[in-house]
Amino acid sequence: MKATGKRIGMAVLLACGLAVAAQTAPPVAHKARVARATAAAPQALPRFRFENFTTANGLPDNHVYAVLVDGERIWAGTENGLGVYENHAWKTYTTKDGLAHRAVLTLALDKHTGDVWAGTMGGLSRISGGRIDTYTQLNSGLSNDVVYGVSVEGEDVWVATAAGGCRLNLRSGGWTLYNERNTPMNEIWVYGVSATASKVYYAVWGSGVLEYDQKTGRWDKYDDPDGENEMVLFKDQGLIHEIVTSVGFVDNILWAATYFGGSRYDGRYWHNFLTKDSGLPSNFINTIKGVDANRAWFGTDKGLAYYDGVNWAVYRPSLTTGKPEMTVRDAKGKVTPVAVTTAPAHNYVLGIDFAGDDVWVATAKGLSHGIRQKQ
Amino acid sequence: MSGDRQVGLRAGLGVVALGLVAAVFWPRLAAHAQEREDKADGLEYASPLEVLFSADGARLFVLCQQSGEIRVLDAKSYAVIKNIAVGRVPRGISLSPKGDRLFVANSWDDTVSVIDTSSLSVVATWAVGAEPSGVVEDRAGKHLFVANRISNDIAVLDAQTGAEEKRLAGGRGSSYLTLSPDGSGIYATHIYPNQGAQRTGLENRTPPESEITVIDAARAVVVERMPLHAIAGVFHVAFSADGRLGAVAEYHPKNLVPLAHLEHGGAFEDTLTLFGADVGKPVEVPLDELERYAAQPFGVVISADKRRMYVSCGGSEMVTVIDVARLLGFVRTHARPAPGTFVQDLAASGNYVVARIAVGRNPRGMALSGDGRRLLVANRLDDTISAIDTRTNRVASTMKLEGPKTISILRHGEQTFYTARQSFQGQIGCATCHIDSTFDGLTWDLEPDGFGRDIVDNKLLEGVKGTQPYKWTGTNPNLPTECGPRTEKYFWRSEQYDDLALTDLVVYVREMPTRPNRWKLAGREMTPAQERGKALFERTKDKFGQEILEYNRCSYCHSGAKGTNQKIVDVGTQKASDNTGKFKAPPLTNIGLTAPYLHDGSARTLEEIWTVYNPDDQHGRTNDLTKDELNDLIEYLRTR
Repeated sequence: MKATGKRIGMAVLLACGLAVAAQTAPPVAHKARVARATAAAPQALPRFRFENFTTANGLPDNHVYAVLVDGERIWAGTENGLGVYENHAWKTYTTKDGLAHRAVLTLALDKHTGDVWAGTMGGLSRISGGRIDTYTQLNSGLSNDVVYGVSVEGEDVWVATAAGGCRLNLRSGGWTLYNERNTPMNEIWVYGVSATASKVYYAVWGSGVLEYDQKTGRWDKYDDPDGENEMVLFKDQGLIHEIVTSVGFVDNILWAATYFGGSRYDGRYWHNFLTKDSGLPSNFINTIKGVDANRAWFGTDKGLAYYDGVNWAVYRPSLTTGKPEMTVRDAKGKVTPVAVTTAPAHNYVLGIDFAGDDVWVATAKGLSHGIRQKQ
Repeated sequence: MSGDRQVGLRAGLGVVALGLVAAVFWPRLAAHAQEREDKADGLEYASPLEVLFSADGARLFVLCQQSGEIRVLDAKSYAVIKNIAVGRVPRGISLSPKGDRLFVANSWDDTVSVIDTSSLSVVATWAVGAEPSGVVEDRAGKHLFVANRISNDIAVLDAQTGAEEKRLAGGRGSSYLTLSPDGSGIYATHIYPNQGAQRTGLENRTPPESEITVIDAARAVVVERMPLHAIAGVFHVAFSADGRLGAVAEYHPKNLVPLAHLEHGGAFEDTLTLFGADVGKPVEVPLDELERYAAQPFGVVISADKRRMYVSCGGSEMVTVIDVARLLGFVRTHARPAPGTFVQDLAASGNYVVARIAVGRNPRGMALSGDGRRLLVANRLDDTISAIDTRTNRVASTMKLEGPKTISILRHGEQTFYTARQSFQGQIGCATCHIDSTFDGLTWDLEPDGFGRDIVDNKLLEGVKGTQPYKWTGTNPNLPTECGPRTEKYFWRSEQYDDLALTDLVVYVREMPTRPNRWKLAGREMTPAQERGKALFERTKDKFGQEILEYNRCSYCHSGAKGTNQKIVDVGTQKASDNTGKFKAPPLTNIGLTAPYLHDGSARTLEEIWTVYNPDDQHGRTNDLTKDELNDLIEYLRTR
């Protein structure tokens, strides 16, 4: 009886959803307009020569959680210290230098001051002119020592932790904590944060995406409209899933990564990405990095993917042979292999950043520098 | 008899002796102090802190701290051209590279005054950070840099509009800024030691660490932090004209060894750290020699021909003159002891110090005339400018600034507070540990009871009036005892105070003005977080509805306007190195500024008082609080 009722209920939901979808789905012309703005012909998708760094080259550890491009310097947050690559050499910061913890999970650059913020398994560290200042849940107002995400905007440092989000105001030194008591955050395991002058987004494990309006100080929330963890009932009706791992806000576009697909939201329309109908190599997405309103990079457990608004490219060691592989998927779903000789160090991609046309990729087994090739 | 017993006996005798002294002297001194306090007239002095020549050398700009003015004088005749009112307690001053604008950092108003040097008028007042103390413009006229002492940062302003663009992380107590001769770098110093990034549990037993913060002037970002090991209190930087030699005035405290025997090794070394191409790796050199200390080094000037370096020494009331060639010869030819310091060698300065010129009270800022023949020194506490003839190393003339003709009780007390004359061999004064009448951010081993026992955190003096007893253990019943028998006899190892000096010193300490609290300015509403924190501070029940015993409420021990009930209590913070666990409830005045915390400075931050050192709720009922509630409580405490 219960099963029958559930089926009926789902059918009703589905019917309603389809009806709503028919009313609110983005017009084809809108999508096409977006795509035309930046999409390249499939054969023109960027190609890279990947140079991979491991402990053999001086990287502190092969398990790289995060990468940050800072002008000529590249910062790598690893399982065993914070590495900085400059003038073709690696320097490592450890707890002996004041780093909060050996495992560096996330990195952010304060573009105004040049300071680098490192979120670790044991607190938050600021690296400024070589000096490290560390904030922990014991010595400061930081909500929790496990820091998954950090983002700097103006005089505020926004932090995502295992016990909610928080904000450090660098002028007053005051901390503001965000959790289930003062935000619509159902879970307090916060996995990522992206702060801009207008909005701040938190990626919350099991609680969707939280949006903070910098002007009004109000919170909003984006959830998976079907609330289903196992399946997608309404694909483009909202956030693809509640377990959100990474967010980015670029050109007024929200890019969100979940362990069950990716999402793009322009303030009115949602567009979701799944392996079955996009070029994503996996729905298990660790990180997402928007380039602009239409283009984004996806770091999954099965490789690195690039989306140009229409077409997709995947860069990885082959899942079967381990040999370097690049595939291109066009708008019609046609997948074409591209001959390449290099690939990122590993398919489990945890972090992405750009340096001009180059891309830097943090993986579970090394750091990769994708050097853009002329085509 | 065991060594411990001997130490105990000695300590006991010391306490008895101090008690006797207090009993004999206190009634008379206390009455005298009260009488003097009643007569404190509050005369307004100029208190010249810094002096500058105009770009053409024709004028002098004198920053007068107490009167809140820039006095413009004729550089030859010293005739007053104009007095320009600026903000409260100005501290930093600099000319724009073109010389057309004078910038003044007003430390109590949190502003910078911009003075047009042609019209001699304030043309703009710009808001900056908390307690601005140093200011300098870059060579391109693009950015103005302002060192903020309380917010520990360096604000970067648009030099034309005053709009703040960003803040750079400075050292703790960021204060003084110097532009390098080529204009490429700005060198920032700070007066309180930095805190280590990691909690080790030995913070109060670790040498202090300071830095020179080097800022790329063009990009306005920090590019280097030059470490100054075992230094706490860093002041002006000077460069030779060729940029190859830099020097910074600094204090080198010996806070890890018992202070009790000033005659057995001293409490501070007064030093310079030299850096730049001329010396290679930075090297620390002492200014002191036995019986001729250079207490409280502050200003540094290097002559254009690089022959001489001058260091003003506020406590010793003199200017130390260094032969630069001999100094460089010394550091180049002598093997540097690790870690790059000659600080232990009290004979070293004899190799390069060529004169010690007595000047006025509390000499601070200096300026050298364009021809290098006249060195002007601002003597803050007697309102004079000493003009030193650099060829003879003698004071050629002393110019008295306009102001009161008499020495008020407060002024006399302040002079006594700042001078090092009263201590054994003139090594230190009150202001050596209470920099600019505040504190030094250090923990000290004061008692003669063995190394590392009874470590105490140095406290702020602001608002100290009416918070007796004194000392962490509360064994000094009043300020005359604290400043007299304890300080004069015990620390200074001298008995030079006459009744007038001591009583006026006490009056000064009692009347010391309190800086505005930056977390709650007068007339400003509390923030919601501060209000919530106040409710927690005043609560009588915990979150489970249980009554909090009166003595375990924040508001019980920290009651009253100054946040102390003046009682001696045990809040469970005794360490193995402490002889007692009972300490006086400290006042909360400007508590946000006074890290580290607890009697021994073991808590690096306010948070650590409860997150680390209050496991059993002995220091107030706090373990029922959530993290955000503890944050609220701290937000409130900072308003005190």
